[in-house]
Formats: sequence, C-alpha cells, structure tokens
Amino acid sequence: MAIKRLFIANRGEIAVRIVRAASALGIETVQAHSEADADMLAVRLADRAACIGPAPAKASYLNAAAIIAAARETGCDAIHPGYGFLAENAAFAEAVDAAGLVFVGPTAATIRMMGDKAAARAAAIAAGVPVVPGSDGRLADTDAALAAAEVVGYPVMIKAAAGGGGRGIRIANDPAELRKLAPQAASEAEAAFGDGGLYLERVIINARHIEVQILGDGSRAVHCFERECSLQRRRQKVWEEAPAACLDDATRATLCASAVALAENVGYRGAGTLEYLYDEPSGQFFFIEMNTRIQVEHPVTEMVTGIDLVAEMIRIAGGEPLSLVQDDIRISGHAIEVRINAEDPANNFMPFPGVVGRMEIPEAPHIRFDGMIYEGYQIPPFYDSLLAKLIVGGSDRLQAIDNLAAALDALVIEGLKTTIPLHKALAADPVIRDGQAHTRFLEAWLADGKLAAHSAIAQTPATAQPPAAAHSPAAS
Amino acid sequence: MAEIRSPLPGTFYRRPAPDQPPFKSDGDTVTPGEVIGLIEVMKSFIEVKSEIGGTITRFLAENETPVMAGAVLADVEG
Repeated sequence: MAIKRLFIANRGEIAVRIVRAASALGIETVQAHSEADADMLAVRLADRAACIGPAPAKASYLNAAAIIAAARETGCDAIHPGYGFLAENAAFAEAVDAAGLVFVGPTAATIRMMGDKAAARAAAIAAGVPVVPGSDGRLADTDAALAAAEVVGYPVMIKAAAGGGGRGIRIANDPAELRKLAPQAASEAEAAFGDGGLYLERVIINARHIEVQILGDGSRAVHCFERECSLQRRRQKVWEEAPAACLDDATRATLCASAVALAENVGYRGAGTLEYLYDEPSGQFFFIEMNTRIQVEHPVTEMVTGIDLVAEMIRIAGGEPLSLVQDDIRISGHAIEVRINAEDPANNFMPFPGVVGRMEIPEAPHIRFDGMIYEGYQIPPFYDSLLAKLIVGGSDRLQAIDNLAAALDALVIEGLKTTIPLHKALAADPVIRDGQAHTRFLEAWLADGKLAAHSAIAQTPATAQPPAAAHSPAAS
Repeated sequence: MAEIRSPLPGTFYRRPAPDQPPFKSDGDTVTPGEVIGLIEVMKSFIEVKSEIGGTITRFLAENETPVMAGAVLADVEG
C-alpha cells in the first residue's frame, strides 16, 4: 500500500528533512511535537501537527503509546521515527505494526538482532563479512574471556553485548588487566542495561571509521558507497565525508559488496548503515555494528550519488520494490558534512540554548544546509544541540574542503555560540587536508590547543550573548 | 537570606542519579563550591555549585523540573 499520510515521530533537522521528502512524494505530513517544541520549524512546514506530551523526551518523543495514539487520531497510515529516540526500538516497531500502521524502517526482528551486538556480529560472520577478531558471541565468564583474548591477541576491548554510548567498555593490555576489568565491565553492563553479557574484540589502533550506506526492500539490497566519519569527539561524529579518501577502488568494491551481502542475508528493508573500522596499514576492514535507521550524515551520500535516501525509505515502507540496481549508482565528486551545534567550542563545548539572531545561509549548487533554525527561534534546552548540517561538495576532496571553508566564512548565525569556529579550524588543518585523520585524532588535536591557536589567528568577532541571557521556552 | 540560582536553562536534578539520595535536603548546611544539584542542558549535565555558605532553608525547584536561567533553586541563610 502506498503511504498517504505520514506521522513524523521526531524533531529538529531530521523532522524537517522528512517533511520535505514526504511532501515531494505527494504524501501529507503530521508532525509530532512536545510542549516545548510547538514553535519548531518542522511544525511550521508540515500539513498538520500533534502535541504528544510535555518537554522531557521520555514523556513525549519516547512515549510510544502517545505517538501511536496521535498517529491514529490524525488518520496517518505510517510513522517515520527519524534517528535517535525510538528509531531503533524493536518494541516500538512491533507496537506500530500491531496498531495497523506502517513503521518506516526494517522489521522489529531485524532491529532486535542488529541491536544485540553479539548477534549482529554472528550475522556478519554468517554473511562472510570480516569482523574485528574477537570472541565467538557472548563470554560465559572471565576464564572464557582470557581464553578468547589469547586467540585474538592483546590489547582487547571488552564490550557489553547490550551496550551503547560507550558504557560497559574496558580495554585490557594483558591477561592481568583482563582478569581485573572483565568483572567490572560485567557489573557496569548489568547496572546500565540489565544484561551483564560481554564479548571482546581486538583493539585496532588508530582506526579509520568507515560506514557503508545500504538500501534494501526485504529481498534485494544495493549499496550507495561509503562515508568516512573518523573525526569524532566523545564518540560523537563531528565531520563526515564521502567517499573515504583512504580506500583504493579494489578495497572499496570489496567493502561495499560485503555490506550488500549482510543486508541481503538478513532480508533488510529500508535504509541502513554498516559501520566498519579500517586498519590503513594492513588495508583490512572489520564490521563493528549496523544502524537500522537513517543517519545524521546521510546527506553526504546523497550529494555524491544524487539519490534521495529518505524518499527511498518511504517508498520501500509503502511496499514498493527498490527502484535502483547497483549499476545505476555512481559517485560524482566529493562531499563533506559538518555538524553545527549550539555549543561553545572555546569553552569546553558548553551547550548554548539561546535565541537565533540574524541568519545568512550561503546558497550555491554545491552547498546544502539541513537545519532546524530560523531567525528569532528560541532553542529549547531539553534536547540535543544539533542545529544544522552544512554539506558542501567539490570535484575532488581538496576542492570540497576549500568550498567548505568558503561556505563557513559566508555562514552567519548570530545570537548563539556554535561549532562553526571548530569547523573553520579543521578545514585549515594540514593533517585533515592531507586525509590522515583517524578516530583518535580530534580529541588529541583539541587537547593540544590547536583550536585555540587557530581561533587566535582568525580573530572571530564575538556577537553572541552568554547563555544566562537566554530565556527558557517555559517563559516564552 | 541569599539565593542559589540556575546558571543555565534546562532540567534541574536534585540527585546525582535516580537511585541515589539528593545532594542536599532542606535544613542541610552548604559550603562555597559545594554541588547542590545538576542542570541538564542539551543532554549535558552541568553541576550547580553554591557560591555561598550557610544553611539551605528550602528548595524552590522540584527534582526533574524545567528551570529558566537565573531561576532561584534554593534559599540559603548565612
């Protein structure tokens, strides 16, 4: 069945993105919002809006029953979960299904399997996808961990099978450390996730983070090539690009083929991403996990392939087969996305939930701005700090970086502290321009004071007020 | 009488974690620099420290409630 009216159970820039994609497909939209989000951009753009609860996410965007009830009351036939919140919650996908609505994403069973990291690893092995050398599934006890570590080689990373967000992870350099840390990791996993199950993997030093975008219709899958997301701070991606400069064509072909094999093996439906670590010295890549949703960084793939990933996932959810075959999908040029957050990079990335002042967004065919902000908008303090994404293309990587630097210079968002100065400094950094940054680069670069050094040279004028001057949505 | 105010807009928490006791209760003494609560702002938790010493006569903001920047969280008697 084709979707006629879509309920958008998310907020911020991804909600705006989904409203636009659905409208272009001729689908009516109903935008969910919390009491604190009545003024958000997606509410203004959607055909209708529905309040789903108070400001705290657990009472609104994480309230499955309220979302499903609102979707039914407004006559929707499908729910798009965006990313975050309930996007990878198998019970929610099941409840949407049970309510007679279409969940825009994979089946609950797929979400559940890929959400269990040990099960995802087993699925990857079954599809012939290389995984980081590690234990075969869950470890029975510390002795089993020691035996597994002897086989894979130290240092090893002990991880919670049910984990996420970096909790329940320990690195052991030798058997003595592993004997001490494994029980700690198990208790932390038990406390955080109600599941003390552990597995372990060899640590890949200075890895590159590469991920492959796939689309599947439940039987057939294609890849839309890869992205590199090595620039991260506190495990949050900061700058993403496509394609990955560190891959040669043969490695790229093998990597992307492995992602399609796994997607087809699990009967994947919708848009998904397989994350890998790439060990540049050896040229080896290893699957680490799959994200069963659209991702923040999907626009870089859209810019280099010309495919509208959100429209594709909505069509697939509506029952259409994949409209693409692999030979249709090609890369043209290079694209970079930077995340513009309401944070002060000069003050340890302190959040800055202020009021948006004057805005000037540069416009050109190679520039895309996916945002949630408008002049006069009071940013609520209750949710994450992502305001917008600036995506800039070029004929090759260096031209894309130069175009990015120019676009950042032309981008004006007054009234706030944002991460724009960070991105200007990164675009000027010789290691990044040379394509040599790995997953541990950015935090070391910040600790070395590289941002402050660049900002001192750049002398960016201060236009923002301190956060104490901001009002909360409760007052406005 | 002095006041401890919220440095940022966000959600005020009186406990370090849901299963732990409050940082401070009505009638407790507080010393300068001591943490009396947390403000969750954009998924970051910022400690609220008292700038003054004395006795907390009462909390004006409830646990897990939205507060404005500058809102009075607690009264302190020096």
